[in-house]
Amino acid sequence: MSETRTDPVQRTTGPGRDLRQGAAAGTATLDFGELARQQLPRLYSIARRLVGDDAEDAVQDCLLKAFQRYGELRVASSGPAWLVTILVNCCRDRGRSRARSPQPVDFEQLERFSLYRKIAYEDPFPYSDSLHLDFLAGLGPEDVRAVLLRLPMLYRLPLVLVYMDGFLTKEVARMLGVPLGTVQARLHRGRKLFEKELWDYAEQNGLMREARG
Amino acid sequence: MISCHEAVGRLWQYLDNAVDEVDRARVEEHLARCRRCCAEMEFAQELRRVLADSADVDVPDDVMDRLRRTVEEMDR
Repeated sequence: MSETRTDPVQRTTGPGRDLRQGAAAGTATLDFGELARQQLPRLYSIARRLVGDDAEDAVQDCLLKAFQRYGELRVASSGPAWLVTILVNCCRDRGRSRARSPQPVDFEQLERFSLYRKIAYEDPFPYSDSLHLDFLAGLGPEDVRAVLLRLPMLYRLPLVLVYMDGFLTKEVARMLGVPLGTVQARLHRGRKLFEKELWDYAEQNGLMREARG
Repeated sequence: MISCHEAVGRLWQYLDNAVDEVDRARVEEHLARCRRCCAEMEFAQELRRVLADSADVDVPDDVMDRLRRTVEEMDR
């Protein structure tokens, strides 16, 4: 068994040259700048999906911490992933300080929820031959990101990192400092929560209203 | 053959290639005979694609300017 990397995003990772060579030559600061500049679009994109409007502040936090800890980076090719790990922790910190008391989740009920069955049962597009795909076609990228932001950070993180940024679950486990099984369990619950929130969001925002007529 | 409930419960892990050989064979055996679960798998694939396609966020110019300025200040 070898987990497949979902790699939908064109990574803005730079060439795989050894940035530490630059450090040895006394140009470590320059190399940090190069790495950071290359990764800025990716860092902002991830932060936007993890903390919404706080994205810029989260990236600023990340840059500062990364700059202070740049000497810890041993393998230059892992620079992009190292930056993402720092960013993820900055986003978690922001999530914690912003968190209102989260709505309790009934996982037993959630386990029984299936978006596929819900769409079939509710039949929001009675004249459609491709009911399920029509439901998804009504959702734009902004909608999907808004739904993700409704999820508790615990479940949002693995969904974003695995299905949007193409990290393997074992890489996410390392990043978060938790066992692989924990990430897999959060991913499973995250998918369920995402499906449930997707339906609620579509209802609340009238995405199926026109079709219902 | 495993039930629809069991097959559907493993669809995402199957698509992630995160099931072992035995489970992979079980899911595939089920899918080969169950049109309804094939449709549900197609939906799961599409849902993954929708997530992936929503990943990219453009950085507003003013935000990028400020972030670049921060890096430049560290770079000095």
